[in-house]
Amino acid sequence: MPDPTAATPPNLVESSRAIPGVDAAVQLGLTRDEYALIVEKLGREPNEVELSVFSLLWSEHCSYKHSKKLLVTLPTEGPKVVMGPGENAGAVDVGQGLAIAFKVESHNHPSAVEPFQGAATGVGGILRDIFAIGARPIAVLDSLRFGEPTSERSRYLLDHAVQGIGHYGNSIGVPTIGGEVYFEEPYEQNCLVNAMALGMAETDRMIRSAAAGVGNVVVLFGASTGRDGIGGASVLASAEFGEDDPDKRPTVQVGDPFEESKLLECSLELLERGLLVSLQDLGAAGLTSSSAEMASKGEVGVDLDVAKVPLREPGMAPFEIMVSESQERMLCVVEPARVDEVLAVTEKWEVHGTAIGTVTDTGHLRVFVGDELVGDMPVPALVDDCPMYTLEPAKPEGGAPAIYPAPTRTPAADLKDPRDLLLALLASPNIASRRPLFEQYDCLVQSRTVRRPEQADAAVLMLPRGGAIAVSIDGTGRRVAADPYKGTMENVLECAANLACAGAQPLGLTNCLNFGNPEKPHVAWQLSESIRGLGEACVALDAPVVGGNVSLYNESATGPIYPTPVVGLVGELPDPASAGRSGFGRAGDTIAVVGPFAPFLPGSELHKLRGEPLPDGLEHVDLEGAKAAHEAIRDAVRAGAITSAHDIAEGGLLVALAEAALFGGLGASVDLPLDPFANPERLLFGESPGRGFVVSGEAPALEALRERTPVTLIGTVGGDALKVAAGITEFEVALSVLSEAHGALAPLFP
Amino acid sequence: MRFGILQFPGSCDERDAVEAAARVGDAELLWHREGNLGQVDAIIVPGGFSYGDYLRAGAIARFSPAMESVIAFANEGGPVLGICNGFQVLCEAGLLPGALLRNTSLRFRCAQVDIEVVNAETAWTSAASPGETLSIPAKHGEGRFYAPNVEELEANGQVAFRYAPRQNPNGSLNDIAGVCNERGNVVGLMPHPEHAVDALTGSTDGLKLFASAVGALAGR
Repeated sequence: MPDPTAATPPNLVESSRAIPGVDAAVQLGLTRDEYALIVEKLGREPNEVELSVFSLLWSEHCSYKHSKKLLVTLPTEGPKVVMGPGENAGAVDVGQGLAIAFKVESHNHPSAVEPFQGAATGVGGILRDIFAIGARPIAVLDSLRFGEPTSERSRYLLDHAVQGIGHYGNSIGVPTIGGEVYFEEPYEQNCLVNAMALGMAETDRMIRSAAAGVGNVVVLFGASTGRDGIGGASVLASAEFGEDDPDKRPTVQVGDPFEESKLLECSLELLERGLLVSLQDLGAAGLTSSSAEMASKGEVGVDLDVAKVPLREPGMAPFEIMVSESQERMLCVVEPARVDEVLAVTEKWEVHGTAIGTVTDTGHLRVFVGDELVGDMPVPALVDDCPMYTLEPAKPEGGAPAIYPAPTRTPAADLKDPRDLLLALLASPNIASRRPLFEQYDCLVQSRTVRRPEQADAAVLMLPRGGAIAVSIDGTGRRVAADPYKGTMENVLECAANLACAGAQPLGLTNCLNFGNPEKPHVAWQLSESIRGLGEACVALDAPVVGGNVSLYNESATGPIYPTPVVGLVGELPDPASAGRSGFGRAGDTIAVVGPFAPFLPGSELHKLRGEPLPDGLEHVDLEGAKAAHEAIRDAVRAGAITSAHDIAEGGLLVALAEAALFGGLGASVDLPLDPFANPERLLFGESPGRGFVVSGEAPALEALRERTPVTLIGTVGGDALKVAAGITEFEVALSVLSEAHGALAPLFP
Repeated sequence: MRFGILQFPGSCDERDAVEAAARVGDAELLWHREGNLGQVDAIIVPGGFSYGDYLRAGAIARFSPAMESVIAFANEGGPVLGICNGFQVLCEAGLLPGALLRNTSLRFRCAQVDIEVVNAETAWTSAASPGETLSIPAKHGEGRFYAPNVEELEANGQVAFRYAPRQNPNGSLNDIAGVCNERGNVVGLMPHPEHAVDALTGSTDGLKLFASAVGALAGR
């Protein structure tokens, strides 16, 4: 190791030469080895500003140091991909000169500490990622996980997270068009709040984030910078939860959707007028990560004068300004001759544009206070030299049951009668109608929403120059826990099945990988197996990964969360008028089960209600068979040949039939072919995600699907009840009774 | 026929209103700092969260330079429509009676609702029939209409729209969804007619309001 004192650059101002040292580095989350590496790269020990900057950029959240080696195995290329991983968001071509940008991101740890602001700023952050590449945000979806609603804390987190998402999305005028929520005990102490956003842009007008042009000016605009959220997202997201969480509340950022609304319009006007060289949002790690990433991508240096940053409170130290996570800020690079025009636009939108730095050829990120240099770091050391770790995965003896206790038995555990079980499942938290949640979100602002929640399995938005897109977000944590590899494949299939039911073909996929501490072998096993399954499913479905996010260390004293990869798929359909519906639509239609539906009970919702332990492994997943079914259904929907299509997901076949009846307001009579010696529960309540569909239409159209995928005709649409015959089982239940059971979540939102 | 749609910082349904109005005439955005409204024949104050709804919904926007001109335009008999946040702004500006309070549920709610046209003689309802039901989405957290003199408003024919039975999403007094001034040229409602102009997105019933303004201009 070089002598640190000897290597101190003479131009570093005297007052900033104090060395916090290795113990301070450890407190900031770095390891001793990482600190030694920083000293080596810097040629001396870092001062306070430099150590703060390194600790953030070398955190898991910014560096992906535990996941990058796995993520590079995912397929990222395809004919429709116009922007892949590495930019603020990915984007796919939807034709006629338009691209759709999209990305999902987690805000789990902030939401567990302060659910309203945590969820709200999660939405704000993902929206900035979208307009940072020059796309106007057109939709938000969310993916939420909480402990069982029997817990008061879970109900509190749910209620406030939903209100926070609504507060931000509704106020900024971006529709929340879909989402999902599940309740499982392993999320009790560590809830998940993932937000996905989509934007639309002229393909040739999108902008990247690389700084370029030595001598160009760096302009900061948006909210002023305060002490809120210092080390919030990056630090919270890079460690497990302890018992001092309320003390962390000051590290949660506070969102202001009105400020962001101005920021959005201002950014898009700047881009429309061609005034910017590059644009980047300030997210986790604030000015530190935005400036370092801009410099790194452009292979240039950046000088910043933190004395010029508009502050919310006096007396902030240079390191605080560099690491503040105050929300609603953007950074752009501008040619000197255009600075006045840029500042006039920021003035119009009242977002305080300020020139705070310049692009240099030094290759260093240099931080000044006026003329005084207070920090000087080589950009490659900050962004490229963080050590990448190879995980040491090991499947624990016995698999999932060795990691997770069996779910708690519910009062429905002793039910045997299929009618009672159907009602219990419909009323269970994971299956009951999400209407009490999604009615708190504006799903239709911007006038594109052709299919709202519960109208189709995927949300459908029409595009201005013809055609439409469909989008769905899905995660199946409990089944991924049972089998990280096959569970993740099922997860992608289920999401793609939703698109097929709407008539859409996948264009690209984004993902948020929510896992526990990857330094533990069993979590490393979950993560590596899950990414393997994700990659294989994406290849099989021709759905390249265009971007994503990793959220690790989702653990508490009681253990890790269920491994929860959340995938968001965007697909296209030629005609919004032919978008599919999930509810029965016409009395007299024939009903069929379509696809290679192969139900099994282990890992199902029914087994969860009964408190059965998770299985060690899931059944074989037939990717090719599933894909053939998706294509057959997609084509039939597009051709208008069928009336409805709904995938058979949580709860199995009977639940899917009940949902199709409820969504369409029409009953059905079905006679399910059942071997008299077979266990009827497996057919009625077994699960086979992404591989089975309840389809209605005229019988010949359903028969025609048989050339491409298995079809079993099971009954007829009509009446105001669901009538079921299956072997010796026979029962009838009125739609009003189904509806009442399905409405079981309403009391959670008094 | 030229519609002008005000745009405040924080407006979010202004582009939807432009597109909806453009189905029956010409439409343009008017920036809130601009006192001169130009040559427009009707004005729409759109939905959204002007100034973040800070202080109180509509309370800040009503002081913008453009609102001075809107008040003058309305006083001369020009047709003015306030939608959702725009309705709140017009109440704050004194162009419409009453006030919008937080929903009784204290929650934002988004739902397709049926509203009944109570007064079909205003500048924005004349293309509808009295008693006609329109399917239009409502989405707001502060839409509970209240006026101390509600009996007087009812007697004057100033209740323009009423939620259909059991569809009141916010606890409004007398199920009132929209009101008008005494002259009938200024109308405000909480549901969003600009989001009900295309069968693909659910309904075309909202077009009646924009068509009414065209008819009112032709008749003037």
